[in-house]
Amino acid sequence: MSNEKSCCCSASSCCNTESITPYEKNDEWVMGEIHTPKGSVPVVSTNLHFKDILGAWKVRWGIGRMNYKINPGLYAIGKPDHTSPVLVSANYKLTFDVLRKELSGLDCWILILDTKGINVWCAAGKGTFGTHELVGRILKTGLSEIVSHRKLVLPQLGAPGVSAHEVTKQTGFSVVYGPVRAKAIKTFLDSGFKATQEMRTVKFTMWDRLVLTPVELVAAAKSSLMVFGVMFLLNLFVVRPFGLTDFIAYTGAVITGTVITPLLLPVIPGRTFAWKGWLLGLLWTLGFIWYSGGVVPGFLLLAIGYLLVLPSLSAYLAMNFTGSSTYTSFSGVIKEMKIAVPLMAISLIVGIVLLLINSIWG
Amino acid sequence: MKHIYLKNVATLRLSAEKCIGCGRCTEVCPHRVFSVNEKKAKIEDKDSCMECGACAKNCPANAIIVDSGVGCAAAVIMGWLTGSEPSCDCSSGEECC
Repeated sequence: MSNEKSCCCSASSCCNTESITPYEKNDEWVMGEIHTPKGSVPVVSTNLHFKDILGAWKVRWGIGRMNYKINPGLYAIGKPDHTSPVLVSANYKLTFDVLRKELSGLDCWILILDTKGINVWCAAGKGTFGTHELVGRILKTGLSEIVSHRKLVLPQLGAPGVSAHEVTKQTGFSVVYGPVRAKAIKTFLDSGFKATQEMRTVKFTMWDRLVLTPVELVAAAKSSLMVFGVMFLLNLFVVRPFGLTDFIAYTGAVITGTVITPLLLPVIPGRTFAWKGWLLGLLWTLGFIWYSGGVVPGFLLLAIGYLLVLPSLSAYLAMNFTGSSTYTSFSGVIKEMKIAVPLMAISLIVGIVLLLINSIWG
Repeated sequence: MKHIYLKNVATLRLSAEKCIGCGRCTEVCPHRVFSVNEKKAKIEDKDSCMECGACAKNCPANAIIVDSGVGCAAAVIMGWLTGSEPSCDCSSGEECC
């Protein structure tokens, strides 16, 4: 950051024109610059352009997700002055876009922390959206000379990483936790920094779950390429080669675990994710066997193999969705896994052996 | 529809003695686990605790203890495989970990 250079004259009289936050001149979301005693600050648009929407779509599908970030530092919305509120956020571009699009008509500062392109909640869990980074960023941007008040608005989901009283002790800035969702930020600011219980509670709606499923599906598809590779090699010397039917059965189980189970999550009976996935995987497999003509002689081994492999696969993939969920505890996940993982492993291994026997000897 | 995970597993503990009733825990908790009455916090709904650790981290009186960690199976598996602490290195969308 270039603002650490000392200025020869007093902050108020000297027009430091150096940029506090470096940015690309051709970034469409930067509308101009605003001058502060510590240097210039990029002014950010509150409209999303096609490029932003396309970018969001891409990261949702897992394309370039780990490198979708902006420079940490200070940004401006509207025409903020020394009395304007300061909102703190992460340098994941998706997070930044979700925030700025809610700020139209406001004059405020946005202090972006370096979370390595990770969203606020995840980064707070890792500690990169944390006390140390926040304190450092306040000093680096010279925030205390840009605003005259001493109050920061942090996203509530940043709280696992930030110790509010520690920040106050080290910088003099007091911390107010804003709402969970950027959508509520205007109401929050208008009501004098008051958040309702509703605004403080994390939800996990069907839509929330839906937008998280593409990434799960893409990850599963990538691992599946290996499975298909093995099947292809096996096909070179087995009596009953793996074919389209197996592919459909397998793909159905993957979609059941990565998409259908997350979508139907709260209405599926039971509590553990693995169980929910297993249950739907079982339904899929039973349906598939029934559709392919039921359990007839010669199909029995294959059917049992399917019943052992496919629901376990769905269960495993569903279990991985605990990482995307907003309500599973570490202790809970450990407890679930201690029971589910051995069961899934045994079922998978026995099932795969049966399928291999079925293929090799017909 | 409210999501419910496993019962009686959360490691959350609150010391009523140390609590100064500032209400910070109710401000940071994403699942309304706490309530504050007559200057004392109380755990209302322990089973909703996801052990994110926000309350403990922000309690100025150190009255809250919780084994915080990522409730993520993939992270736990990676931890088991590599012999390290489970850490969330996936970062999906807005709500990973």
